[in-house]
Amino acid sequence: MRINGQIGYTTTCLLVVLVCGFVMKGCSPKDDTSVAKTETIQFTIKNKGSDTMVNLAQAWAEKYTNVSTTASVEVSGGGSGTGVAALINGTVDIANCSRQVRPKELELATQNTGKVPREFIVGYDALAVYVHHDTPLDKITITQLAEIYGENGTIAQWSDLGISHSDCPSDKIIRISRQSNSGTYFYFREALLGTSRDFRIGSLDLHGSKDVVEVIGRTPCAIGYSGMGYATSHVKMLEVAADSDSPYYPPNLENVLAKTYPIARPLYMYSLGEPTGAVKIYLDWILSAEGQQIVEKLGFVPLESKQ
Amino acid sequence: MNILRKKSATNLPFSETAIELFIRLCGISSIIFVFGIFFFVFREGAGFLFNGLDLGQFLTSVEWQPTSLNNKRYGAFALIVGTFSVTILAMCIAVPFGLGAAIFVSEFCSPKLRETFKIIIELLAAIPSVVWGFIGLTLMNQLIIAVFNAPIGLTMLNGSIMLALMSVPIIVSIAEDALKAVPDSYREAAEALGATRWQVVYRVLLPAAKNGLLAAVLLGAARSIGETMAVLMATGHSVNIPSGPLSWIRTLTATIAAELGEVARGDEHYQVLFIIGVLLFTITFVVNLIADLVIKGIRQEP
Repeated sequence: MRINGQIGYTTTCLLVVLVCGFVMKGCSPKDDTSVAKTETIQFTIKNKGSDTMVNLAQAWAEKYTNVSTTASVEVSGGGSGTGVAALINGTVDIANCSRQVRPKELELATQNTGKVPREFIVGYDALAVYVHHDTPLDKITITQLAEIYGENGTIAQWSDLGISHSDCPSDKIIRISRQSNSGTYFYFREALLGTSRDFRIGSLDLHGSKDVVEVIGRTPCAIGYSGMGYATSHVKMLEVAADSDSPYYPPNLENVLAKTYPIARPLYMYSLGEPTGAVKIYLDWILSAEGQQIVEKLGFVPLESKQ
Repeated sequence: MNILRKKSATNLPFSETAIELFIRLCGISSIIFVFGIFFFVFREGAGFLFNGLDLGQFLTSVEWQPTSLNNKRYGAFALIVGTFSVTILAMCIAVPFGLGAAIFVSEFCSPKLRETFKIIIELLAAIPSVVWGFIGLTLMNQLIIAVFNAPIGLTMLNGSIMLALMSVPIIVSIAEDALKAVPDSYREAAEALGATRWQVVYRVLLPAAKNGLLAAVLLGAARSIGETMAVLMATGHSVNIPSGPLSWIRTLTATIAAELGEVARGDEHYQVLFIIGVLLFTITFVVNLIADLVIKGIRQEP
């Protein structure tokens, strides 16, 4: 009896994993009605997507409770891909995305929901290249990064970069990357390798922007990338140049604004169709001076000062 | 016998008939669920499985590049190796501990201590897997760095230790039942012949209970193969053929968990994830089937 019960239990455990897939499938109906057209007394704006932007989106949502009494915002992360998938399935009002939505995805969303997603740039982010605090390296070029991260790349050891790393006895560069549902992953790949080359397999693919910095802070052999807002005292941000003939720039506000820092990117929000009602008011507020102040506060680069 | 049962059934009050019907439905429902789930998982992946996926590449290539823009490659070999290697290492850790604990609980300890032990072991089984993953990510990570002087602690060893801790309770409780099932007359006979306690265990109990013990190990292994969250967090999640316990790996389950949220429904990548689901289903089905057959073996033996 006992033994049979255990078999059922183990099988159930496995099944739960698989069932999750169906639940997700089942819970993503093409209901256009989820975006209410009227301004109700309490309207909840569903906001989902980019992990890079989740702290920012949360900060906006919190501040917005003081601004509006009629609408509240529900924020969740999960990665840009997750946001786009939700947009395609019509289950969010606003999708956060740290990369631009691809034409194929726009088409799918239009097909599925009958509405053309509308794009808003809500701020800018500089992607910092992080190494452990004790790494004797201060600057790196995009070309070198491409050889470290790219398929058939030629740089695998710290000595290939011309440094001797005493805290890393194996001399092997441990590449920290992100899971492929992250917009950061796609942006970094495109910035380094263009559209024709892929990342080399064998990197450690971590779940969140914060995890990357935390792991690097504990791993002298590691190199990785994450938003510049996530820096801690255990890690060091490298100065980056486009190639060995170009000047090196540290990731900071001025360099991003001057467009001299080579790996900076816009942050996007997408609404399903032209925003109306509470969603429109919320997006307008985000783009206002008050909303943009929060962008700067969280270590990102606001729009206003862009001009 | 049959007639008797039929007769009594007609005499049952309505409420009992209803209850019987309900229980019957409950019993059948689990069969329906299993087949239904297999059918749906299979259906989601079938289109690409039969039309487009290079099955040879899927099973033998290490190139897992599902998000490539112009050269998508779905090689799951590294993921399959990852799943098996972390499970095998976990079993290497869990089996000695699990069987040792089972032998101790069933043969060597006092009845009072036994009850306490069983409660504590069941408590171990109740810890959610995400908590194990968290322990792996923080505590075990640093421990492995310190003990093995490894560059990073998110390794196959880390994942295996977590999986071992999760499957030990299953192994202990099933193995203990198997040892209990050995008739006392065996023990008495062995002791009468002058065997020491250890000789009784080693020469009599283990051979007599071997099917049950094997089933315990296999069910523990099935638990490890199906585990997702703990290995996702503890193993480094890296497409890599491991060269030793301190290599980082990625498993089949973790790949589904990490990537399914991102893919558009009906996409090639989406379908490949479901094909991985079918593969996992098949693996655990085979392991469970073997365990089941082995258990049948013990029942017929005495």
